Amino acid sequence: MTVVVALICIAAFLMLALAAVIVGRSRAATAITYGGCLIVSLASLLAALAQLLGDTAPGSMTLPLGLPWIGAHFRMDALSAFFLAVVDLGAAAASLFALGYGRHEEAPQRVLPFYPAFLAGMNLAVLADDAFSFLVSWEFMSLSSWALVMAHHRVRDNVRAGYIYLIMASFGTLALLLAFGLLAGPDGGYAFADIRAAHLSSGVTALVLCLALLGAGSKAGLVPLHVWLPLAHPAAPSHVSALMSGVMTKVAVYGFVRIVFDLLGEPTWWWSTLVLALAGITCVMGVLYALMQHDLKRLLAYHTVENIGIIFIGLGLALAFKAHAMAWAAALALTASLLHVFNHSVFKSLLFFGAGAVLTATGERDMEHLGGLIHRMPQTAFAFLVGCAAISALPPLNGFVSEWLTFQAILLSPQLPLWGLKFLVPAVGALLALSAALAAACFVKAFGITFLGRARTAAAKAAHEVDRCSLAAMFFLAALCLVAGIVPGLLIDALAPVVEGLVGTRMPAQTGVDWLSIVPIAESRSSYNGLLVFVFMVISGTLAAIAIHRLASDKLRRAPAWDCGYPDASPVTQYTAASFAQPIRRVFGSVVFRAREQVEMPSPGDQRPARLTVTLRDPVWDALYAPISASISFAAERLNHLQFLTIRQFLSLVFAALVILLLVLALWP
Amino acid sequence: MAVIADLAVQGVQMLLVLLLAPLLTGFVRKVKARLLRRQGPPLIQPYRDLVRLTRKEVVLAESASWLFRVIPYLIFAATWVAASLVPTFRTGLLFSWSADLIAIIALLGSARFFLALAGLDVGTSFGGIGASREVMIASLAEPAMIMIVFTLALVAGSTQLSTMAGFLVSSAVGLRVSLGLALIALIMVAIAENGRIPVDNPATHLELTMVHEAMVLEYSGRHLALIELSGSLKLLLYVSLIACVFVPWGLASPNAHSGALAVGALAYVGKLAAGGFLLALFETSIAKMRVFRVPEFLGAALMLGLLATLLLFVSRSL
Repeated sequence: MTVVVALICIAAFLMLALAAVIVGRSRAATAITYGGCLIVSLASLLAALAQLLGDTAPGSMTLPLGLPWIGAHFRMDALSAFFLAVVDLGAAAASLFALGYGRHEEAPQRVLPFYPAFLAGMNLAVLADDAFSFLVSWEFMSLSSWALVMAHHRVRDNVRAGYIYLIMASFGTLALLLAFGLLAGPDGGYAFADIRAAHLSSGVTALVLCLALLGAGSKAGLVPLHVWLPLAHPAAPSHVSALMSGVMTKVAVYGFVRIVFDLLGEPTWWWSTLVLALAGITCVMGVLYALMQHDLKRLLAYHTVENIGIIFIGLGLALAFKAHAMAWAAALALTASLLHVFNHSVFKSLLFFGAGAVLTATGERDMEHLGGLIHRMPQTAFAFLVGCAAISALPPLNGFVSEWLTFQAILLSPQLPLWGLKFLVPAVGALLALSAALAAACFVKAFGITFLGRARTAAAKAAHEVDRCSLAAMFFLAALCLVAGIVPGLLIDALAPVVEGLVGTRMPAQTGVDWLSIVPIAESRSSYNGLLVFVFMVISGTLAAIAIHRLASDKLRRAPAWDCGYPDASPVTQYTAASFAQPIRRVFGSVVFRAREQVEMPSPGDQRPARLTVTLRDPVWDALYAPISASISFAAERLNHLQFLTIRQFLSLVFAALVILLLVLALWP
Repeated sequence: MAVIADLAVQGVQMLLVLLLAPLLTGFVRKVKARLLRRQGPPLIQPYRDLVRLTRKEVVLAESASWLFRVIPYLIFAATWVAASLVPTFRTGLLFSWSADLIAIIALLGSARFFLALAGLDVGTSFGGIGASREVMIASLAEPAMIMIVFTLALVAGSTQLSTMAGFLVSSAVGLRVSLGLALIALIMVAIAENGRIPVDNPATHLELTMVHEAMVLEYSGRHLALIELSGSLKLLLYVSLIACVFVPWGLASPNAHSGALAVGALAYVGKLAAGGFLLALFETSIAKMRVFRVPEFLGAALMLGLLATLLLFVSRSL
């Protein structure tokens, strides 16, 4: 039943896309499209929640589409329902935001038709139940999001972003295509049910794992496949950036989970080492890249890479536990990972909305040109602050809960009998802790430079609070961050059927625990109660405020800033994004990015200003992509003269090719 | 009845940490002064300062936002909640299960996050320098602390402080290499987190060397009082933490009678005094290091913590 509702919703999305093509230039098109998307995604969200919370048997449906002899299979089990809920929650919030934000769009006809299509693609990808429909919806999702990235194609950087995105997306789809080909075998069926029933040799499963990591990992943004992500996500309009960063990366995680946990059968021990090593590197690299940025949207996009790392750490641990028949520990690790999927979709969407609001109000994405926005946009600032605190894993908000669960899963891993993992897991734990601390630094910078201090430009000084729809979307997500942080037990219980379907067992039920605490294993071992922490903080803060104001003094006087006696009226003397990151750049960047600072100090009496130039190298680009790009250019250069042969030479080439082919056929054993 | 008694003990603990914190700060200052052959301020000077500050009016910078005025209360709330969850004289407090050691560390992380924002709020260069250095120090101190927590949790089989203290006081522990490494790392982290010499100097106002003081430069009156009190609470928290985990003797068990509670309280005061004295002695015998030496210092703490965790992964008895 629910799957039918979900499919009807997808059809509705496609109709909206068509309608937007027709009426795209009219005035009301923005309101109609986004309003329609909001309603349809809410309906689809309800269907997904009904399936997930009802814990009913999976519903499936076959439509006579696609390849004639297999049709298109769709199925909604707990895993699909969970990811569908994540997708549609993000879609609903983004549509609500866009009701206000979309009015400022200069060329709405470039955005409106593709937006519902993009939503339809993501919804289809998580519902697909055969390889063919999965790949088609995956590619549909990629292409429609590519069109959205190219919406502002006159901006120079966006063209390059779109180009790299297209190449990486095709590469990812190719890897997944090969993976599904191997899974189905030479004469197997493409339906997921057939793939599950088939038995594969260990060599083939190893290859499929690697291909799934390449395919899903390139979409999700695992280092070193992340290069397109920080270019493409910020290039799109902000509500689409929120969807791409907060939601589309989760569809990629879904693809990986579906293939590796569901279709591929029992894991082997070394899978987890590969996943964990990649995930640990992704975590730290992602946040270090983010710290070096001064473009607000690009910073957020890079930070998505870090969160994908956290999610994959949980998945890697779950694989390790599953391979060693520790199903209860695997359930904990997988729950942590999926909870982070949900949490990240909420706060990353919120943060991108905030960046979009800043963009609307000031026309600036560069943090060096902002500052002091908390005075002009207090509500946006508050919502953005909640998002920053949540993503920095500060209690009592939601980001902390999933990281805490991941740490608890790491603490179970000494029981794994494998030596390789014994060395790898503590190292990954240290990388996770490091990235959590760096994330806090990154968001102190993002919020502090953008919203605090004094306005650095006239645009920032003249900013105005954004419209009600945008604010409503941001406050809705901010409230969700708090609620998910103080009653995480409800979410963990909602995830139980998903986890049970993938690793065979579930975490102990949390809703029965006193005071709504969460107790992953046993109370003597570890427990956390976000609600009590929140209540205690509110009570003690309020008590302190009341006591001091009543008993001592509540007088206040405004005066110029003190600044050790030397306040400078010019806002240029404030710390900038680059100077804020300077200590961390010195500590980590000199190793990772080969950061070099060059000081150009004019001699005394010289009127020129002094200059400080910082150069950063991207290690991944230098080591991997630059050589590939160079060798392709080299080969193209060499083959170029084939274009200019005479007709005689072409004919002889064709003849030679024919002869060689015939020879090969004749000599083939 | 039992619940009311438990509640009373929890309340006593909350008040105890709040009241003792300035005393510990005053004690450290006094010992430092005596070691330098100065008379030093009286022990109750920090209390007088706090009362004086709360009675003064707040002078707020013109460019300060609403967040700047809220942050002192946030920092105080987070630090106080964290400090009252560390067992001082009795384990198994009523609300001890509401946050384990990881959550306590994260609460302190919240306090620091907001303090760094306060440094950026007014838009002065000193605030910025303090905030950026603070997050740099934290980016190494926090993972080191998590590694120490891992070590303790793997030894005790729990991240709950009460369970940890109960396990470490039992005879099953013995001498372990990993615990030794963790202790050294924890002391290093505690020094950095509390902004003590050699990482930061709590007494300085020399522009280019300050970290913590630079962030709170614009605060005055009751706001400054709350931040000073939170600083004292944080110092008390770290001394209590080291005492509770590495010197757990004398801690009363959850169902102890009043005699054991009195012993626990006495032992706790003794541990605080010893911790304060050692800190003062250490601070007077060492010079402050340059800011960019700090990463090496904390990197060493991180490596020690990682090594301790690795040892436990390799063998449960190391």
